[in-house]
Amino acid sequence: MSISIEEVDRIAKLSRLKFTDDEKQKLQSEMSDILGYVDQLKKIEGKIPSLDMSQQDGINLMRDDVVEITSEPEEFLHQAPGREGNYIKVKSVLE
Amino acid sequence: MNKMNLNELTVKEAARKLQSKEISAVELTQAHLDRIKKVDGDVHAFLYVAEKEAIAQAEEADKIITDNISPLTGIPYAVKDNILVKGYQATAASKILENYKATYDATAIKRIKTSSPVMIGKTNLDEFAMGGSTENSPYGVTKNPYDLTRVSGGSSGGSAAAVAAGEALFAFGTDTGGSVRQPASFCGVVGLKPTYGRVSRYGLMAMGSSLDQLGVFARTVEDTAMVFQQVAGPDEYDTTTLPKPVPEYSTFLKDDVKGMKVGVPKEYFGEGMDPEVREIINNAIKKFEELGATVEEMSLPHAEYSLAAYYIIMPVEVSANLSRYDGVRYGLSIPGKSLEETYYNSRSDGFGKEAKRRIMIGTYASSAGYFDAYYKKAKLAQDLIRHDFNEAFKKYDILLTATAPTPAFKIGEKSADPLSMYLADIYTVGLNIAGVPGISVPAGITKAGLPVGLQIIAPHFKEENLFWAGHAFEQSLNLKLKPQLAE
Repeated sequence: MSISIEEVDRIAKLSRLKFTDDEKQKLQSEMSDILGYVDQLKKIEGKIPSLDMSQQDGINLMRDDVVEITSEPEEFLHQAPGREGNYIKVKSVLE
Repeated sequence: MNKMNLNELTVKEAARKLQSKEISAVELTQAHLDRIKKVDGDVHAFLYVAEKEAIAQAEEADKIITDNISPLTGIPYAVKDNILVKGYQATAASKILENYKATYDATAIKRIKTSSPVMIGKTNLDEFAMGGSTENSPYGVTKNPYDLTRVSGGSSGGSAAAVAAGEALFAFGTDTGGSVRQPASFCGVVGLKPTYGRVSRYGLMAMGSSLDQLGVFARTVEDTAMVFQQVAGPDEYDTTTLPKPVPEYSTFLKDDVKGMKVGVPKEYFGEGMDPEVREIINNAIKKFEELGATVEEMSLPHAEYSLAAYYIIMPVEVSANLSRYDGVRYGLSIPGKSLEETYYNSRSDGFGKEAKRRIMIGTYASSAGYFDAYYKKAKLAQDLIRHDFNEAFKKYDILLTATAPTPAFKIGEKSADPLSMYLADIYTVGLNIAGVPGISVPAGITKAGLPVGLQIIAPHFKEENLFWAGHAFEQSLNLKLKPQLAE
């Protein structure tokens, strides 16, 4: 299993990560190694799932939709890189 | 009593001394702060030592200690730096959260605080808990207290080393693929990974949300059970916790294992296992027979797929969970010309190599065209692995394996080869994949003086079996482990 530099570029873009050419080459070989290792999962092709639900016991847990104050807004806002009043300031999404 | 001895106490022993007023919580806390000053320059278990705050908490504890108060009152403990404690740093050992401070308490912290223990500091880890050695921490590696040229294990290496080195009496960590049990094995302490759903993940920084669990480190199984008792149980802020009653664990601590049915999965004793580890674990298994258990070799036929399934499911969840670190709301922000460039700049500078590698693998495996080939296969493997454990536990009360294939390895030995590092988790990941609980208990020491842990595995929500087996084993073995650190 090996992946191409073009694929590394495509995945880096989806991940919003920048890499130098050297880093890309290293990633190409490391990702190929790791994906090569996980390729052994091909051997279970065609096996039938047990659909063993014991871990979940088949329950969906819900809680009431109630508003409660867990922290003061200021505690969150003062850690924002940019703010204006009680808003977090970001660059425009659409240009 | 000299201060040295205060750093070797168990929680139970310390509680007795506190309650009889033989020592004060301030004295106990000061002894631990002094110990940190003397040895942590070498060990580097802590990213932050809460000196002033700890003394203040100890003074408060001294005011309320009576002989019928919680045994945890006034006891110094440490917290892995990816668990939120309100008002304290929570970096997850990432540059992207270098100046981040937690704005609320994790549920486990909130619950433990009701006993008024003393939070002594935040401990080192592999960035975002990704690794098996703490070498992926940009703040430096945590060294093994038994051999400073070796790793403490990971990712919760700081918490394990802190308990081993006498810097805290117990500590919290997180375990996604072995991150509590493997460092516990390397550092000669007890490390518990509960059932998925037994303890709240609220306030833990998510890595692989379907695998992550909060874990406990302590010097004895009894201490571990005592701490876990305080934090276990359902939480409305984590809907993956199940509303099952939590038993009174202390009632399961017995000195024998008469009638216990023990399985030994042969797949966990294959090649790659260090011969000294094999001998120590085989002796441990014999010990269970001597203590009255019936021991049988058995099989977990899909065990070989555990690590492969893990290295798909976990990175896919990582790539989604780490998308929140984007330089907008908190953490490192490196502004670019556009919003998108801000994302690129902040993430590329803020994340370390391993975090980036896992984001890339996870994005690849979950992207169009590859999802069926990787993720769906990994989920099928997960189902088969879980089914193996469920079938095994129709017959056995516990399973026994080594926690890790080797004792602690040398710093730098595996860091250039990610895949060889991943293989260090080979005996631990299966439990996270299946959701079953496990505990690592010290089982012996190699000729070179390195601790080796026995992993005990129990059925879903049967942590009491771990404490029962672990306590009886520990009592009969009576290992007196203690690292020789220069003060």
